[in-house]
Order: sequence, then structure tokens, then C-alpha cells
Amino acid sequence: MGVKLLLEKAHVENIRLYDVYRREGGYRSVEKALKTMSPDAIVEEVKKSGLRGRGGAGFPAGMKWSFIAKPEGVPRHLVCNADESEPGTFKDRYLMEFIPHLLIEGLIVSSYALGSNDTYIYIRGEYAWIVDILEQAITEAKNNGWLGKNILGSGFDCNIHVQRGAGAYICGEETALIESLEGKRGNPRIKPPFPAVKGVWDRPTVVNNVETLSAVVPIINMGGEEYAKIGVGRSTGTKLISACGNINKPGVYEIDMTISVEEFIYSDEYCGGIANGKRLKACIPGGSSVPILPANLLLKTAKGETRYMNYESLSDGGFATGSMMGSGGFIVLDEDQCVVKNTYTLARFYRHESCGQCSPCREGTGWMEKILHNIECGKGKMTDIDLLWDIQRKIEGNTICPLGDAAAWPVAAAIRHFRDEFEWHVLHPEEAQKRNYGLAHYADPIHVPV
Amino acid sequence: MVKFNEQQLAEFNRLVARYPEGKQKSALLPVLHLAQESFGGWLSAETMDYVAELLKIKPIEVYEVATFYSMYNLKPIGKYMFEVCQTGPCMLRGSDDIIQYIQDKLGIKPGETTADGMFTLKTVECLGACGYAPMMQMGKHYREHLTREKVDAIIEECRKNAATNN
Repeated sequence: MGVKLLLEKAHVENIRLYDVYRREGGYRSVEKALKTMSPDAIVEEVKKSGLRGRGGAGFPAGMKWSFIAKPEGVPRHLVCNADESEPGTFKDRYLMEFIPHLLIEGLIVSSYALGSNDTYIYIRGEYAWIVDILEQAITEAKNNGWLGKNILGSGFDCNIHVQRGAGAYICGEETALIESLEGKRGNPRIKPPFPAVKGVWDRPTVVNNVETLSAVVPIINMGGEEYAKIGVGRSTGTKLISACGNINKPGVYEIDMTISVEEFIYSDEYCGGIANGKRLKACIPGGSSVPILPANLLLKTAKGETRYMNYESLSDGGFATGSMMGSGGFIVLDEDQCVVKNTYTLARFYRHESCGQCSPCREGTGWMEKILHNIECGKGKMTDIDLLWDIQRKIEGNTICPLGDAAAWPVAAAIRHFRDEFEWHVLHPEEAQKRNYGLAHYADPIHVPV
Repeated sequence: MVKFNEQQLAEFNRLVARYPEGKQKSALLPVLHLAQESFGGWLSAETMDYVAELLKIKPIEVYEVATFYSMYNLKPIGKYMFEVCQTGPCMLRGSDDIIQYIQDKLGIKPGETTADGMFTLKTVECLGACGYAPMMQMGKHYREHLTREKVDAIIEECRKNAATNN
């Protein structure tokens, strides 16, 4: 069993309720922080912990905090990004749904560190029932003196508000989220100015992911240095992985980033192997935006070394032979799955979610969807594959926000590693409608008893 | 004429109070949710104009937001709306079959409503339930691990509820 910091108590009965959470040691970090630490000392602890943003980008959280501007007389805000919408990702939902007080506790400590008296949780609109769970937890916290005026006699005031989005992946991008929080369309802003200087209502703002802010609780309880000892290299602490697709045990798992991808997929403690006795074909290890890898490159790097479930190892080999940790949305494809079709559904997703501000993304995502649909339906041409490659290359890096890159990468990786499957669709349009291309040479090196 | 009742107005005031003075426009998304729930499950032009008036913003500011986000319905929907996810992770677990099954069973295509006004079928993109696929949203909640049998049961349940409530 690996170390559990976030989900350690998730299975305690009624942990969703304040009394149970408190009895299990909840809100200790607020006591420690507000009674014995200065806001700057908390920022230092988070820096020492090496905690990296858990939303997808992996930017060091402590450093992000230290950028916040502190102009005289201007309020600052912490905003929690709970707009979890990256296909394959459902870990924040799990945290908020089952152990909501952990997030509230992390938010109070983080708000104190940043000097935010009004903190907002921006949650995707579809998680409607979780809004009630969070508001209930906030009310309980307030009734017990953890929120409101002069918390624990520290002189620090804090309120937490939950804002529901209304269905837009783009609002997970921090400046689009801020626009949406201001009651506008989710069009990302041009940076600079960065939110740390000019965020919501032009005030200094820090936007952090749910899991990132929850991780502040164990960091304060155990100290940043102790936290940094868990994991390996710059992948410190634990990471939540939401595993889905063709595996025996889909779900949310907390890992300490020292385990191998092979162990994660095949061990009964985690995914429990590929469903229905099938073999592994491919995997998107960090949410739909990151490059898909064929089985052989997923389990071992191009150099033949074991690949591990951490930031560095998953990206070993760059985009040529590696992928990314991303948001931790781990999507597994078995031998019966069609990479062309999977890529088409993702292209459709990005076309649907493009905000339409930048032409490379607005036009390009539509073209990619149409071309992939043609290839999938047996109406593709050989030149379409090169055209797809050309379009994705022209989107990448040419948009205001990373949605362009996020739309381009899955298409690029699918062609890079599975070009023969695309060509087979073009060359055998009728057969491709009836059967799957199968495993070809991507065979899973793990022996699976039939 | 659309108008919030007393209870809805209280909720409106609670929402607006969460933002700084003069920043009441920030409440637009939650207020549109409230309006949609209060006025028949969709946003008519009249409803949007009313929201603009309440928040003291221009109607265009409401329209541009209402048309951007996928959860606001700009035309009437059925009593029950099945929003079935069709993105990659759900597709890998058979969402195509579920969508086809619902179409055949109800005789409607995605985006359509049954003639009796009971059901609307909508295909949606990833709702964050990938590990519990295939899935759909119905009202405030998710229905997960869908099978044909489960779809039958849900349709039956809706019909029963509708009959009891009438």
C-alpha cells in the first residue's frame, strides 16, 4: 500500500459530515497555520514541499503564490478551479463529493496565506449536486468558527462562495475562468497581465486546482520538507489518478509517484488489469490532451527503461516517444479499440469546446473533426493524413490559450504512433467499417493468460 | 410575464450578495441557472431580458453568455432530458450503443423531443464520470454504468413519476 495523504480518510463512514471529519483530525492545519504561522511562512512551506499544480500544467504552486501582487488597499482573491472537464479526469469530483471538508480546510489555510477574505470555488455546472455538498460543508465550517470573522482570534476574516459554471471546458483555463466568474463568456485573456497582478475584477488573484489546494492540508500538518520526501525527484507528494477505459477497476487512486505504469495498470490495488482478459493496446496517461502512447512505449521508455507514474518519467522522450502526467486522467484502450475513432471523438470534443476567439483553433478544430470523421467512415484519402498533420501543426502554439495545443497534441500523437491504422482505414474503407485494426505491432509485452 | 416569486427573489439576492459592490454582473451564470429552473427549463428572450433588468446590465450581455454555455437551453425541452456523454472514455465503454438504443426506443434523434413532450435526447461532451461510463445526466444528477436494461428502467421511472405528479 502506498502513502495516502488525501484519501486516507475518504472511506471513513460519514466523513462528509463535519463532526466525523473533525474527530478524524480535520482542521488541525487551520489551527496550526492561524495560531503559529505567518502567511509568508505558509507560502515558504508550500515552496519547500515542491507541490506542483495538479490541474494539468504542473507549475510549482508555492512559486505561483509568491507572484501575487500586494498593492496597498486592493483586496486579493483565491479562486479554486473546480471546473474539471478534461476527458478522463474525475478526481476533483471524487474529493469534493466524498471528503468536501478537506478542500474547505485547504482553502482556509491557503486564503490566509494569500490574504483572500472572499474566496471562490468555481465548479463546473454539471456537478450540480456537489454544489449542495460544498455549501453544506461551508455552513458547517462557519458554524464551528472556521470561517467568518476573526477566525480563531487571529484577526483573519474569510468567506468561501461556490459559483456554478454552465458547461464550458474552456473555463478550466484560469483567465477564462476569471471572465466567467465575472459573468462573461469564457474567452481567455491575453497574458500579461497575469492573474497574480490583474485577475478577477482587476484584483490580484491566484487560481489553483481542487487537488492542489487540498494537498496544502497535509503539507502544513507534516511540514513541507517531510512532504517533499514522498515521491521522487521533482514529483513530490502524492497524485490522484482517475483511471478509466477498458480496465477491470476504473476509479480514483492516490499514488505516491514511485510506482511503475505496469504496476498501476496490472496490480489489483489499482486498475486490476485490462477488462475481459483483453490485451493493452494504447493509453492516454494524463487526460485527453496529452499524447496517446502505444503499449510498448507506455510501459517502457524508448531507451527500454521502466516507465513510472510521475511527471518526469511519463514525459521521458518528449513528444516523440513520451507523453505527460497532465491532470492524471488515465484512459486505457484495449486491443478491440480503434485509435482513429477515439481520436475523432476527442477532435469533436475540442471543436465543441473551442471558444472561437483565435482562428487557428476555431477553424482548425472543425477541420480536424471533419477529416477524422471522413477517415473513420471510410471516406478518407491518403492525403488527408498529411493534411491533418499540417493543420495540427498550424494550431499548436498559435492561440491565446493552451486549448489549441490541447486539441493539436492528441491528433499529432495518434498519427505519429498509429499512422498505419489511419492508412488501413483509407485503403480498406469497407473492411474498416466491419472490423477493428487490432493490435498490430503495438503488442502488450505483458503475458495475459487466455 | 416572467417574474421571480418571493422565494426565488431571496435566492437571487443571496447570489448577488456574494460579489463586491457594483460587480453584480458576476452573478449572471448562477442567476441564469435559477431563471432556467424557475421558468420551464429554458431561457426565452423574455426571461433573459428580465434577468438583464434585475442585474442592471444590457440584454446583449445576457444573450452573449446564454449562447456561449452549453447548459442553457434556448428552446423548450421535454419534461425529462437525457444528456448522454459521447466523448472518448464513454465511447470506449459503449456509449454509441446506449445513444442508439435511446434513439430507437424513443423514436427521436439527438436534439429532438418526443411528441408527447416527455423526453429530450441530447448528446454531450465529457461530464467527468469517465470511470463510471457510459453515463448520462438527468436533471441535477448523473446516471452511471448505463446498460440497455438500466435505460429501460429509467424511462419507466420517468413515466411513472410524470403520471403520479399529474
